[in-house]
Amino acid sequence: MEPRSAVATYNAAEDHYTLYTTSQNPHVARLVLSAFYQVAPEHKLRVIAPDVGGGFGSKIYIYPEEIVCLWASMKTKRSVKWTSSRTEAFLTDAHGRDHVTKAKMGFDADHKITAFKVDTLANLGAYMSLFSSATPTYLYATLLSGQYNIANIHGNVKAIYTNTTPVDAYRGAGRPEASFLVERIMETAARQFGMDPTDLRRLNFVKEFPHQTPVIMCYDAGDFDTILDNAKKAADWSSFPTRKAEAEARGKLRGIGISCYIEACGIAPSEAVGSLGAGVGLWESAEIRVNPVGTIEILTGSHSHGQGHETTFAQLAADRFGVPIDNVQVVHGDTDKVQFGMGTYGSRSGAVGMSAIEKALDKVEVKAKKIAAHQLEASVDDIVIENGEVKVTGTNLKLDWHEVCLGAYTAHNLPEGMEPGLKEGAFYDPSNFTFPAGAYICEVEVDPRTGVTDIIQFVAADDFGRVINPMIVEGQVHGGLAQGIGQALLENAQYDPQGQLLSGSYMDYTMPRADDLPDFKVSTNETLSPSNPLGIKGCGEAGAIGSPPAVINAITDAIGNNDLSMPATPLKVWQALQAGAQSQAAE
Amino acid sequence: MYQTNYHRPTTIADAISLMSKAEDGKFLSGGQTLLPTMKQRLASPSDVIDLTMIDELKGISDNGDSITVGAATTHAEVAASDIVKVGIPALAALAGTIGDPQVRHMGTLGGSIANNDPAADYPAAIVGLNASVSTNLREIPADEFFDGMFATNLEDDEIIRFVRFPKVEKSAYAKQPNPASRYAMAGVFIAMTGNNVRVAVTGAGNNGVFRVEAMEAALAEDFSAAAISNLSVDPDDMIEDLHGTGAYRANLVSVMAERAVQSAR
Repeated sequence: MEPRSAVATYNAAEDHYTLYTTSQNPHVARLVLSAFYQVAPEHKLRVIAPDVGGGFGSKIYIYPEEIVCLWASMKTKRSVKWTSSRTEAFLTDAHGRDHVTKAKMGFDADHKITAFKVDTLANLGAYMSLFSSATPTYLYATLLSGQYNIANIHGNVKAIYTNTTPVDAYRGAGRPEASFLVERIMETAARQFGMDPTDLRRLNFVKEFPHQTPVIMCYDAGDFDTILDNAKKAADWSSFPTRKAEAEARGKLRGIGISCYIEACGIAPSEAVGSLGAGVGLWESAEIRVNPVGTIEILTGSHSHGQGHETTFAQLAADRFGVPIDNVQVVHGDTDKVQFGMGTYGSRSGAVGMSAIEKALDKVEVKAKKIAAHQLEASVDDIVIENGEVKVTGTNLKLDWHEVCLGAYTAHNLPEGMEPGLKEGAFYDPSNFTFPAGAYICEVEVDPRTGVTDIIQFVAADDFGRVINPMIVEGQVHGGLAQGIGQALLENAQYDPQGQLLSGSYMDYTMPRADDLPDFKVSTNETLSPSNPLGIKGCGEAGAIGSPPAVINAITDAIGNNDLSMPATPLKVWQALQAGAQSQAAE
Repeated sequence: MYQTNYHRPTTIADAISLMSKAEDGKFLSGGQTLLPTMKQRLASPSDVIDLTMIDELKGISDNGDSITVGAATTHAEVAASDIVKVGIPALAALAGTIGDPQVRHMGTLGGSIANNDPAADYPAAIVGLNASVSTNLREIPADEFFDGMFATNLEDDEIIRFVRFPKVEKSAYAKQPNPASRYAMAGVFIAMTGNNVRVAVTGAGNNGVFRVEAMEAALAEDFSAAAISNLSVDPDDMIEDLHGTGAYRANLVSVMAERAVQSAR
């Protein structure tokens, strides 16, 4: 939401640049500014991205304006500041989605899927952006198997340049497009077969793991039946006909729609992305600095722009060593403080960023135990850390956590050969993607005379693997749902035939507002990911990925016309109702 | 925004005098359109003359058979006024749906109708209730005040003092908001006293607020939604934009008119 902004300062005495900027990945920004734009070598350029007011993908990329600030600062020997206006943001920040797809799905006589064929035109806009080519290909076609066991999938994506603003990764990035396609076609098939849409899905679910799909991804863990059960129960699925009849008596068309999405997060195993042509590895780094008084600093290469990493990451250290969470500080977003990092996008900070922290915490724990064992004259295997105390199990021998930390720095009494200090770093490179999945059910009422859709109920039953902080996870789901419902009902970047953007302000671009949204009924089921030490799958994009097909399935169910594109504005829903009425009249 | 001179007169005479001296002056009364326009550099008046400190332009009074609302009265004040809520409940309800709370606490009746945005709500109430607009120079009947999109019959140095709204037997306002801006895509104000019915539409017409005489005649005979269910306006006369075709807006005019009749009280 916050528009892009930058302050660049050139220090002539040191021949050094500092750039404050709104970035989701300050180290990558520094690398690109240095290696590709040759603003300055990396050691002469500091990039600081403090608390950024929302990213959603659009702040991954390196834009020209920030580079111009650096150049102008060097020329003028003064700090140079630039802030985008909202209209400039609409015109220049990367846009999202924008596919035109034709798809066919084949079934056998038992309603089992036999094959899926997909042809997609993906708009890249007028210029190549950082992930433009990867988003509609590697992040899209690899998810075309959905939650289903499909033996044959053929995907053909043509990326095309047009005269629009560049289109790139935007919360979900390719995966919302895939889940929309798969879940709309499953719904369409269920309607053609006259089957309950949840039964057709269940019949085709992947039930055994690991499951190798025909489109690269190997699903490592999941339980799609349970999340579907959870969603149906929360939505009171079976009594929908009663609610529909009651709505009809009030002159409203009520519809219900489901979406069983899967996505690939924990981006990404470096070797895998290297084999696909990426110029970077997608590991993450962390450093744990334990100070002599026992307070802890977590330096992370992940970047927090609204995700609450400051809380969740701190919990890892506080829980492990039993120190108050106020004694833990999370440091991010500054290339001079954090050694390196790949930043935050693709729901990677839990599965990848926290795994790096976990590895570094392991090393700190090992060293702290060795120090305590030495000082308490016990075996290191008998040392446990609980409630801020380092104890010899089965005895009353113990040291306070801060005594161990101070001991590491006074270095008066350390094991033979041990270096002083208590500071450890780690890099974590994931062994696989993670696969969050969920079942979303949307219930709507459409006013047949105006085409206005009200979302009456929205249920999100997710499986994110291990949940560290339930409130923050719920907040991520709420935000994702608002964004996905915005895509389904409201948001649209529209151009005239000459390529002039028509929706260049909030007067014409419809942002979701609180009164567009219902209370969300959310729940999580935990099947742990075997691919990282914490068992985390990721939750940042799920809401935006799973919700659009649920909304459109619900509206098309309500109006009895399956031909409806996003956003389903009142105008389009009214036109679909008119078209449906005309085709009925013709019959 | 370009540089401008801001003035805050406390009498109408001072405001007129400031305007006459200004190279390219603009009256300001809430600024909910003028200020964003200036920020976007689409307008650059040399002088901005704020009318909202002029006491005689403010306040709401009950005249028995009508209600007078000062031009500098905010939408929030009209929405919350007991005089309006009792005397013309549809007018209070309309004011309570303009924009958002921030807009309603800054925007004023005079500012709204002098600007005559084709999607503003108040023009439908002025025309629907057959109100009269009193200025420093004259009294202007509702049907002669507006002159197409963003245009009125006000002179450059003419200041609206107040609007007199006649009380009616029944009235209601129904609108469908634009999903993005929340301005009216079609807003229909219906007022009835005996067999005198007025139907005024804002947001939809490509020439600003307008009356639907066929609906007025039908409702004068039979004040029911059924009486107008077969009547519609010409889609070719409607605004076409990102959010609605002419056919859609024409449909909305019919639907909102029926709903206004149903909710009139």
